[in-house]
Amino acid sequence: MQMQSLAFDVSHTLAGGLVLISLMMLYQDRLYSLLNVFALHALVLSLSVAWQAFIQDAPHLYVTAFIALVFKAIIIPVALHRIVKQLGIHRDIESAVGIGPTMLAGMGLVALSLVLMLRVTSDADPLAREDLAFALSVVLLGLLVMVTRRNAVSQVVGFMSLENGLVLAATGAKGMPLVVEISVAFSILIAFIVIGIFLFRIRERFDSVDVSALDDFRGERR
Amino acid sequence: MTLPFFDPVTAVLLIPISSAALLAALPGYRLTARLNVLASLATFLSALCLFVMERSPPGPYVLIDDLNIVFIVLNTFVGFTTSIFSASYIAHELETGRLTPTYLRFYHAMYQTMMFGMNLAFVSNNIGLMWVAVELATLTTVLMVGIYRTHAALEAAWKYFILGSVGIALALFGTILVYMAARPVMGEGQDGMVWTLLVERAANFDAALLNVAFVFLFLGYGTKVGLAPLHAWLPDAHAEGPTPISAVLSGLLLNVALYALLRFKILLAANPASIAPGPLMVTMGLVSLIFAAFMLYRRRDIKRLFAYSSIEHMGIIVFAFGMGGPLANFAGLLHMVMHSLTKSAIFYAVGHISQIKGTQRISRIRGLTVTHPALGWGLVVGVVAIAGLPPLGIFMSEFLVVSSTFARQPLLAIVLVFGLLLAFGALTLRLTSVAFGEPRGSTAPADASYIPMFAHLALVLGAGIYLPSPLVVWFQHVAQLLG
Repeated sequence: MQMQSLAFDVSHTLAGGLVLISLMMLYQDRLYSLLNVFALHALVLSLSVAWQAFIQDAPHLYVTAFIALVFKAIIIPVALHRIVKQLGIHRDIESAVGIGPTMLAGMGLVALSLVLMLRVTSDADPLAREDLAFALSVVLLGLLVMVTRRNAVSQVVGFMSLENGLVLAATGAKGMPLVVEISVAFSILIAFIVIGIFLFRIRERFDSVDVSALDDFRGERR
Repeated sequence: MTLPFFDPVTAVLLIPISSAALLAALPGYRLTARLNVLASLATFLSALCLFVMERSPPGPYVLIDDLNIVFIVLNTFVGFTTSIFSASYIAHELETGRLTPTYLRFYHAMYQTMMFGMNLAFVSNNIGLMWVAVELATLTTVLMVGIYRTHAALEAAWKYFILGSVGIALALFGTILVYMAARPVMGEGQDGMVWTLLVERAANFDAALLNVAFVFLFLGYGTKVGLAPLHAWLPDAHAEGPTPISAVLSGLLLNVALYALLRFKILLAANPASIAPGPLMVTMGLVSLIFAAFMLYRRRDIKRLFAYSSIEHMGIIVFAFGMGGPLANFAGLLHMVMHSLTKSAIFYAVGHISQIKGTQRISRIRGLTVTHPALGWGLVVGVVAIAGLPPLGIFMSEFLVVSSTFARQPLLAIVLVFGLLLAFGALTLRLTSVAFGEPRGSTAPADASYIPMFAHLALVLGAGIYLPSPLVVWFQHVAQLLG
């Protein structure tokens, strides 16, 4: 029983930490710091997944944790750092909405997901419940980052933090088949390749990764 | 019939993926375009074998039942005809230099990968695998939408990518929730994601969790179906990519997401304590229909016009499935098949037309029936079909949807008919200006492949006049399955 409660507390802390870091993302107004926060996000995710692997006695989850650590906490932030540097857009990110309303919306979303998930999962075991509630918060906050940013790089970061929330949910669901974990990691990889190509192309064509710069052409508006 | 060395299920997956690898490696337009057609034909023929083969019991990953055979055959057939259209369309693009040979190689490889992804989504019995397959198909189409690398194409691809990813992420969350709901009953591990096993025991699942799961799945896959207000990616993606891709997007990819939704709808129907998915689907369907019908009036771009028409028709189909019951399901299924055939035929015509005229703006295209009779009249027949006029197939399916709704919910039927008439008005308005009147724009002769377009239209006409009874029996059976 002692072990049980330690397991619960640690995973609780880690999942809660993820939500907190997601909230931190909302008010980063420099691209570099946003990337750093994202790296931290991925690091905490990998810790959380590794802890789940340990307490569920599911060694395959270590693979997921490893991928999160190497790929998302190191490779992607470094690569994005370089892209940002090359493009010379490190100075600022203009968010579409101010920080105050964004933070309020973020808190609202966390409250919403807690209320929703805790209510509908009253029969499930407490660990899975809270994990799911936190995961939904991370997903929704990731969405919020995506909507409030105009810059392509920060939208990508928002999307990846959203994916982190999904991984958190998938690993929290005890015994979920391996297929899904690998596929999640794999599709993130594909997604990143796609994004990489896009960034590359966008830079090539316009010398800008500001999505609003792409907004001028529409069939109807002319 | 069983052949020891030939398994159609493996074939519909293996042919596309191996030819994708081959097409990525081979140079030369003529060879690769032909190979693309050939591979698609082989896939289609293998899909036809699904009708006659002995079905093996559903495994942990693969399932073949009456429902998905309809989808697979439709998918591979339209994939095949589109590959023929694509061959002549791409030849023109190479001439004008919009595509380079390297991109062409990429294009063909992506085309087959997309077919693989869609077929995999249809045959998968594992809800996790199905999700992966849908995502794969989405990513390949994103790349193809952006292939022209113009401002507009990149914007469209980016928007499609972002919205598609969000949708697909929500769908994954829903999938995880389904597993969570099933876990107390199914136990941990593999079985908790196998659809056939889930349906068998769904009655004991945690209903509240299942409800939330369905909402996520509905929003997630609904984004990919193009339901308003989640449709924002759809018109751009249709308008800016190569036209063969618009044809498969409208005709096929929307169906894939719809298919995923239907699977989960069946799952929910098996649990008496959970919410009925019907009202949700009916509402979103009607909203999409009405919204798209109004938007049709304001289109200036011919591909966007038909993209909105796809939203409208997906709305009708989702509405029909949402109503449920044998008749409405039958109508929805028929409408889906008819819409796929008609819409892709229209895009074949539109593709050639916009190539000849060098523009997609409706105001610069006039008098097509005079200058290009085959294309012009093909388009006229296509639009008449899509607007729901007799004697073509869509009239029949729309009639079935409306009449079955009138019998049960007269008020909803009035809204439905209002939407249909609205869309009809918009389409006729645009059609008359494009097809008739004083010719405008280039009158260069068309180097078009007419066979795919007329084959589709002939099928739609045939279905409108007479549906063969084996087909009716099959559809009735599937409608029963859908509950």
